[in-house]
Amino acid sequence: MELFVASPILFPLLGILLNVLIGKKLGERGVGWLASTVVVASFAVSLALFAQVAGDSEHAAVHVKVLPWISAGPLQVSWGLLVDPLSSVMMLIVTGIGALIHIYSIGYMHGDPHFQRFFVYLNLFIASMLTLVMADNFLVLFVGWELVGLCSYLLIGFWFTELKNAAAGRKAFVVNRIGDVGFVLGILAIFVTFGSLDFAEVFKAVKAQGGALAAAAGVITLLLFIGATGKSAQIPLFVWLPDAMAGPTPVSALIHAATMVTAGIYMMTRAHALFELAPFTQQIVALVGALTALVAGTSALRQLDIKRVLAYSTVSQLGFMVAAAGLGAYVASMFHLLTHAFFKALLFLAAGSVIHGMGHDRHTDPQDMRNMGGLARRMPVTFAAFVIGGLALAGVPPLSGFFSKDEILLAAFTHQPLTFLLLGATAIVTALYVGRQLILVFLGEPRTASAAHAHESPAVMTAPLIALAVGAVLGGALNLPGGGWLHHWLEPLIAEQAKPLNLPLAAFFTALSVLALAVAGWMYRRPERAAREVARGVGLFLARAWRIDDAYAQVVVKPFYFISTVCAQVVDVGLVDGAVNGVGDVFRRLAQLVRGLQTGLVRNYGLVMLLGAVLVTAYFVVVR
Amino acid sequence: MLSLLIFIPLIGALAVLLVSRASSRWVALLTSALALAVSLVLLLRFDPAAGSYQFVESLSWIPQFGIAYKVGVDGISVWLVLLTTLIFLLVIWASADAIHERQKEYYMLMLLMETATLGVFLALDMFLFYVFWEFALVPMYFIIGVWGGPRRVYAAVKFFIYTMAASVLMLIAIVVLGVNAGSFDLEIVRQQGSAFAGSVLLFLAFAIAFAVKVPIFPFHTWLPDAHVEAPTPGSVVLAAVLLKMGSYGLIRYNLQLFPQLSQAFAPLMIALAIVGILYGAAVAFAQSDAKKLIAYSSVSHMGYIVLGIFALNALGVQGALLQMVNHGLSTGGLFLIIGFLYERRHTRDMGKFGGLWVRMPLYSTLALMLVLASMGLPALNGFVGEFVILQGAFQSNPWAAGFAAVGMVLSAVYLLTFFQKTFLGESRDPANDALSDLRWQEVLSVAPLIVLCFMIGLQAAPFFGLMEQSVAALLSGGGLALR
Repeated sequence: MELFVASPILFPLLGILLNVLIGKKLGERGVGWLASTVVVASFAVSLALFAQVAGDSEHAAVHVKVLPWISAGPLQVSWGLLVDPLSSVMMLIVTGIGALIHIYSIGYMHGDPHFQRFFVYLNLFIASMLTLVMADNFLVLFVGWELVGLCSYLLIGFWFTELKNAAAGRKAFVVNRIGDVGFVLGILAIFVTFGSLDFAEVFKAVKAQGGALAAAAGVITLLLFIGATGKSAQIPLFVWLPDAMAGPTPVSALIHAATMVTAGIYMMTRAHALFELAPFTQQIVALVGALTALVAGTSALRQLDIKRVLAYSTVSQLGFMVAAAGLGAYVASMFHLLTHAFFKALLFLAAGSVIHGMGHDRHTDPQDMRNMGGLARRMPVTFAAFVIGGLALAGVPPLSGFFSKDEILLAAFTHQPLTFLLLGATAIVTALYVGRQLILVFLGEPRTASAAHAHESPAVMTAPLIALAVGAVLGGALNLPGGGWLHHWLEPLIAEQAKPLNLPLAAFFTALSVLALAVAGWMYRRPERAAREVARGVGLFLARAWRIDDAYAQVVVKPFYFISTVCAQVVDVGLVDGAVNGVGDVFRRLAQLVRGLQTGLVRNYGLVMLLGAVLVTAYFVVVR
Repeated sequence: MLSLLIFIPLIGALAVLLVSRASSRWVALLTSALALAVSLVLLLRFDPAAGSYQFVESLSWIPQFGIAYKVGVDGISVWLVLLTTLIFLLVIWASADAIHERQKEYYMLMLLMETATLGVFLALDMFLFYVFWEFALVPMYFIIGVWGGPRRVYAAVKFFIYTMAASVLMLIAIVVLGVNAGSFDLEIVRQQGSAFAGSVLLFLAFAIAFAVKVPIFPFHTWLPDAHVEAPTPGSVVLAAVLLKMGSYGLIRYNLQLFPQLSQAFAPLMIALAIVGILYGAAVAFAQSDAKKLIAYSSVSHMGYIVLGIFALNALGVQGALLQMVNHGLSTGGLFLIIGFLYERRHTRDMGKFGGLWVRMPLYSTLALMLVLASMGLPALNGFVGEFVILQGAFQSNPWAAGFAAVGMVLSAVYLLTFFQKTFLGESRDPANDALSDLRWQEVLSVAPLIVLCFMIGLQAAPFFGLMEQSVAALLSGGGLALR
């Protein structure tokens, strides 16, 4: 049983082993299909485990301790895995979308000299992410948490000969590590409070002690949330995600849209019992999420790179999910995570298809939307996919994004006016940047030779697009208003009141979104506008994402370089070592005076040492 | 058995003198392999439930002063013994590329140093401990001074005088303690307790002697010089084994003999540990010499170990002991890694590398694994050690854990910068074009370290299991909290 439950993690690890050992012999296709097959196998096992949980009348979790890990006095942690309603949904998302992206990558990465390395990293990512979601305790969750950070580092810097990419990878890891420090401290505090790191133990104690834990829960949840702001790219740590677009596009789709970045949402949902004891933290979570949604959403409005629009959009949508968690609407948060996984993976892969199709002329940047235009006719499947993904993102009914976003807006509407205001504004901004992107990329006339010669991508790439498009269209059915499937499925873990559809609210935002799409269409009927508006003023401010990165460069990075240099060149060499050498000099001068005693004979030194030892001994014998 | 272990390398050293230069390496290899084998037998026969000294051997030596030749092993020293025998075997294996002259003298000194360091970890008599301690100093002095880099004489003399001066303090403290108790036997001295006037001075004498060796900020400046000038095998031994003598001493002498004073001085030691963690990291970041960067990273990493020790609870001390092994594996490995490059390019200036991954993919992959181990990435060894130390520190002082945890970010900053400058981007010097990937002999010298990094990272329980009872006995013997 242990082996079966662990096999979704072990399959990708097996894939890595085989591809490292015999990848050269397998050749490009063999490597790609091997890596994809093991993920499909993981998906199949995940499906079987899901069915097992679903088949149980009480949706009882499958829980195994695979191996011991750390056993130091009271600290007992094992490699334990837990498949319950929450983790089984995540497993399906990770392996399902993961498998599609593996297959897509066979086409996208065709001809890359480091094809083998790419698929090794992708497999490692799936194994890490599954460790994260399947963990039965906080420390194993953290193992997956940091390992997906490593995969992200490796994949962002995949084309490492360009220093820019390598630097982006390092930035992603370091910024995530800042969050991770918060997470680790949170784990330390959990252990001190509960004497265990196992979910079962901790949440049992939470249930039993309730409000008595409020103070501890407040500290713990704030620390955990710092971790979430790193991985799920929230203010103040979101700056790594847009730069992460340096990686190959399938990576952007898999890691930086559909899976890894949702880790923070998953973690908060997993630990929701703790968060519910900490109303102050929840307030902060809701506001940070809503603020992030707006800041990133408005930044997406003024990006020129096709992937950076989607990157800021991801940050913004993660803000929605975080805000929902802060509002206590965990089901809505998970629901949006799910639909977003579909439509954002779809959008990224469609964008990848565009970049692939634009690769005609190496002197034209294939990601700059100023170079595009008129691609709809040349890439019909990609265009259709992009439209579906975009409309789902903009929240147009009956696509999936409409239902999940509406649930979050409704939760905000009934709970927190400020959060509602921020999220509502973001919903409109979202439709604006979707409209802008659609028109700049696909409509009008081709603005470069690359755009004019663009071609549709091969079937291995368009097939995953179609599969994801189906999900983006129908995903909403998973949790229809008034207590849909997801709501009931998560009920054993998250007992929430299901809300019926608020028709006026839904109609209001639908109308605004459609209007915003139309406005964007009208505004960018002359595409030159896009280039003009980022040149200065507010446009430039938004294009540079509210200049938060610039602020960090001034306030954090530069001072650190300065401190580091001063420590190394002034303090260490001058002060600390200077003092040591100074003492040395004093002795050297003294030594000049007593030079006669230096005979150079080891025997004499030995005698003197012995004499000294005898004297010291004698002194203590006498004194005693 | 312990005497056999200690004196195998000594006999080997004598044998090296008798054979030809060409076969000296093989004699040294055989000797160190034999020592490793004996230590593995020791490991298999070690009783983890005992908590007291095992395999004790005692011979009267200078009975007038109560000095004896007494050795024994417990859960606190057992892994350090294994680390020592493993590292010496690997280092002697790797010496073929690094040492091109006076091989006979070199291998003799290496084996002498192995005897001395094993003696330090196994001695149960304070005077014997001191003898081994000083004895370990001399071979390293010569290895730096004879086989070292351009400023080797300065570095060797600084290393020798600095640690010598510190150990004079220790000698005085040992003599006073021994005379006071009428015996130099560690157990007898411990049972006498430390509640007498002037014990503060003795505590400080030990603390300073060990602080120099660890090194604890601000006593660290001999370390970068020694590392940069030492030949690669010397650096590996220095980082992996010799520094551990200091942290081992802190546990065996300061903690075990002066539990109350350890408690009183814990805030100071913890503060210095945290300064060391952060300061070492900041200075490491500013280095352009790869070896100096790793040397300063040692200052930072050893800070965690001191933090764990002076958390004064079971988790802290166990974490510190594991981290001693971890640091030996990952930092020792990184010095080997840098050595491979130095042998090829005769420089360690990171500004002259870049893009090495293209030319040397295997080398780069192994380097990355060690970088990640050193950075404390979960599933590798460093994470387990750091986490358990932080958990122990958090229990005694949450703020200390909070400040120390910032080191997690800084280690990622300087280590990934090291990796980026050396292996990523484009080559910054045409001389790199001729670089060849690792030979199997080189892979063999680091591979065991990397395998162990994964083993400890994935299965730490057995490693803690062997030390648990001894740590508990040490703490409860001193009336310290177990928690």
